[in-house]
Amino acid sequence: MRTATRILYLTALLGLAGCSSVEPWVKPYERQNFADPIMAIDRDPVSSSYINHVFEAREGARGAVGSHGGGCGCN
Amino acid sequence: MLRSRIVLASALMLAAAGAGAGVLPEDRADVLYHRYEGGGVTIDGPSLLMRKKFAEKYSVSANYYVDMVSSASIDVVTTASPYREERTQGSVALDMLNGKTQYSLSFTNSEENDYTANSASFDVSQDMFGDLTTLSFGYSRGWDEVRKRGDEAFIEPVDRRTYRVGLSQIVTPALMMGLSYELVVDEGFLNNPYRSVRYLDPASPAGYAYQAEIYPHTRTSSAASVRARYFLPYRAALHGEYRYFTDTWGIGAHTAEIGYTHPWTDKWIFELGLRFYTQGNADFYSDLFPRVDAQNFLARDKELSSFSNQMISLGATYELSLGWKFLQRSTLSFFYDRMQFQYDDFRDLTSAGAPGAEELYGFDANVFRFFFSGWF
Repeated sequence: MRTATRILYLTALLGLAGCSSVEPWVKPYERQNFADPIMAIDRDPVSSSYINHVFEAREGARGAVGSHGGGCGCN
Repeated sequence: MLRSRIVLASALMLAAAGAGAGVLPEDRADVLYHRYEGGGVTIDGPSLLMRKKFAEKYSVSANYYVDMVSSASIDVVTTASPYREERTQGSVALDMLNGKTQYSLSFTNSEENDYTANSASFDVSQDMFGDLTTLSFGYSRGWDEVRKRGDEAFIEPVDRRTYRVGLSQIVTPALMMGLSYELVVDEGFLNNPYRSVRYLDPASPAGYAYQAEIYPHTRTSSAASVRARYFLPYRAALHGEYRYFTDTWGIGAHTAEIGYTHPWTDKWIFELGLRFYTQGNADFYSDLFPRVDAQNFLARDKELSSFSNQMISLGATYELSLGWKFLQRSTLSFFYDRMQFQYDDFRDLTSAGAPGAEELYGFDANVFRFFFSGWF
């Protein structure tokens, strides 16, 4: 357990150290593809919400459907 | 009684779905007609969505949704009578943008004659690393009331808590990936007050008899998913998604999805999708228990059994030229989904056979979505 905690700390530290020096490797002018409607994670929320309801009512699994909270960073 | 846990999903739909943290969603209105036909059940109705920005940093939205149900499902024809019922759902949401951080609050209420569901959600998402990465997290609290027709004294509560975290990442100029995790904790009356399980009973003419199902009063589930969307060199998109699900009832499930989006001229967008789902049964599920009160918990809900389904989706969106001053653009969309369900340990009691040797159940379903969208 102690080893697992150390690994977790180390990973978090490395992650934070890495973050401070991250340069956006996809430049803003290279992101026009993500502004295209065909690349939208959830182009029609009213429609995707309905089909997720169809699945949830008939399947045991639920959650993490992903149409929420995504971003394209294309603004 | 429909399954009302979906109020959480609907609230999230309003909470800035599809937008990056650094930009508020577009002003739009949608009018959708939905229809589901399968397994003796027909459900149809409208869904209306309106979203509007104000004061540059706020966006409000509202959704009204109706399910009109006509059911003669396999459960109903074997243990009850066909019925009709209606579920109406209303949601409101407020999004606030502050720099690269977006906050969302939403509330949803769902009403049926024997079930009330309420849910409130709070979500935060943050763009970072030159807007290549969006991190989001959220919490929902749901409180339901389960009732039973013909039994005024029957009122049982359900309490729900949902915790979620998500990450979306631009990987290359053509590839975007996302990760999601969601933990749901339910407490209360989680079974259906009308549903029964069957058990072997040599004294009954059919060889089996029924008793009410009994579920545990708690359920905790975890779902994790990974998805990718890729822009093809000739302006089309491929996407894929995988989800793993597990819960404290012993259900484990896999969901896989692939899709292709193809625009044609500047008027049409066509979509093709395939989805595969498979799950193992809950620990306390059985199609036929060996005797009455065979164990503490008893279920014969086919949604808790071992089964798989496959779905093929076809969709088309057409860009309208209405020329209305208040609309920037508008579209008409039609989606058709064909689903096939095969159950591994849920038997069709309308078929012939000794108890436990009837044919396994299966059915096909058709799902239609037809909607108008306007951006203003």
